[in-house]
Amino acid sequence: MFTEFKRISRFGYQSFMRDRGSSVATVFVMVIAISLVTFLMLFQGTAAFVITSLESRVDISTYFLDTVFEEEILQVRDELVKLDDVRDVQYISKDKALEKFLEEHKGDEVILASLEAVGSNPLLSSLNIRTWDSSSYLKVTDFLEESFGGLISKVDFEEREPVIQRLDGLTSGIQTFGILFTIILGIVAVLVAFNTIRLAIYSTREEIEVMRLVGASNWFIRGPFVVQGVIVGIVAAIISLLLFIPATLFLSGPLENLISGFNIFSYFLSNIFVIFLAQLLVGVILGMISSAIAVKRYLKV
Amino acid sequence: MIRFENTSKIYGKDTAAIDRVSFEVKKGEFVSLVGKSGAGKTTLLRLLLREEDPTSGKVLFDDQDIAEIPSGFIPDFRRRIGTVFQDYKLLPMKTAYENVAYVMEVMGARGGDIDRDVSEVLKLVELMERAEHFPNQLSGGEKQRVAIARALIHRPDVIVADEPTGNLDPYHTQDIIKLLATINGLGTTVILATHDKDVINRLGKRVITLDDGKVIRDEERGKFIL
Repeated sequence: MFTEFKRISRFGYQSFMRDRGSSVATVFVMVIAISLVTFLMLFQGTAAFVITSLESRVDISTYFLDTVFEEEILQVRDELVKLDDVRDVQYISKDKALEKFLEEHKGDEVILASLEAVGSNPLLSSLNIRTWDSSSYLKVTDFLEESFGGLISKVDFEEREPVIQRLDGLTSGIQTFGILFTIILGIVAVLVAFNTIRLAIYSTREEIEVMRLVGASNWFIRGPFVVQGVIVGIVAAIISLLLFIPATLFLSGPLENLISGFNIFSYFLSNIFVIFLAQLLVGVILGMISSAIAVKRYLKV
Repeated sequence: MIRFENTSKIYGKDTAAIDRVSFEVKKGEFVSLVGKSGAGKTTLLRLLLREEDPTSGKVLFDDQDIAEIPSGFIPDFRRRIGTVFQDYKLLPMKTAYENVAYVMEVMGARGGDIDRDVSEVLKLVELMERAEHFPNQLSGGEKQRVAIARALIHRPDVIVADEPTGNLDPYHTQDIIKLLATINGLGTTVILATHDKDVINRLGKRVITLDDGKVIRDEERGKFIL
């Protein structure tokens, strides 16, 4: 069994090394297939970053009545934090709100004069709430109104709703596009690699015929092609990895201008093991399965 | 040893490549199958190698109907037969040595035995010095000698040669036929399909003549008569 395995591996390696034209062509196509898959992984990473950063920019504010004590507001905050949907809650006291207001309207003398005319701080204490998912804001608003309706002056959900809905549409759009893009490119990658290997094996069908006639078992015929497919997959995965290092480095500058805070090269490096593992798996499995399927049709006894 | 019993092979509706053929080949015999192109020689050999099943009748090998061999055992059965073809059918990515060794490797022979036997058989076909050459670096005659070495290496019960001299010049033709006769002299049954008149007439062995899928003549010391 071990001898057989050793011989099959040697035959596969020999074919890979000796049939250079065919090996280079299959590795080349496999690099394209693996690069497509790698590109999809990077695309998913970028899309996830964009979605998260868009979502983190949206929040709703709950304004409390002037009569409500700070302890009560902090109690509400504690209740909110316990909810699974809530990412974080920030308490803005009356004084802090005024401070921010003054800061924002520094140069606007009309507003500052009006504020002086009022005499006291007209702003309300509030809680700024961010959820994990923008679709949860309605749920949180309902929860606040049901549980603490008596303390609340208003929740600005309705004013924010159009923005939130637009964001919802945008994020689900990016996700749907990502999935479709992944499926289509994934299918293209698999088909291209599979057909190239099929063509390479088609050209060796006469050899397969000879192997059958001299009494080689199916496994002895198929094995070397499968080994060759595995080698093609490994070599292609290594080449793809090496190609993506300069490619992401080159892209990181322009992409960071487009999506601020996202460095694709850092993302690539921090996920390099997962990416290489995925490349290796795609290459090896694709090479192995394509070879096994392609050679099967010539194995009739 | 090998018996064709009323064997027919019909392609399509009514194209009979072999039509109710019956004959027997005894162990150690040298039998030539002659006939024009399309007479059915190659079909007979394909039936013997279980590349195809007969439409009717039987092909028996040591009294076993080869059509009944389960598909998993066909590789084992084929190892009992050495095959030589007109177009050599060598594996192009393997050297002469590796082409010959391949048969023993698929049979699971030990490395040491393979080295010893391959060297021996390459000496027999006088190709030792060309052992590391690939088929595209060999002449037609050399390629055919590699093919014969490959057919011989696992000491099969029978060697089947389908037009082995079809692509060779007269000098190499004699060379190959002599080699087949030597192998036969060592006890291996040889079945040679050819339409080379000179080869048959010089051999002076049993000749079965086929025409239109039928056996029209079977002579112990036959001549090429068509």
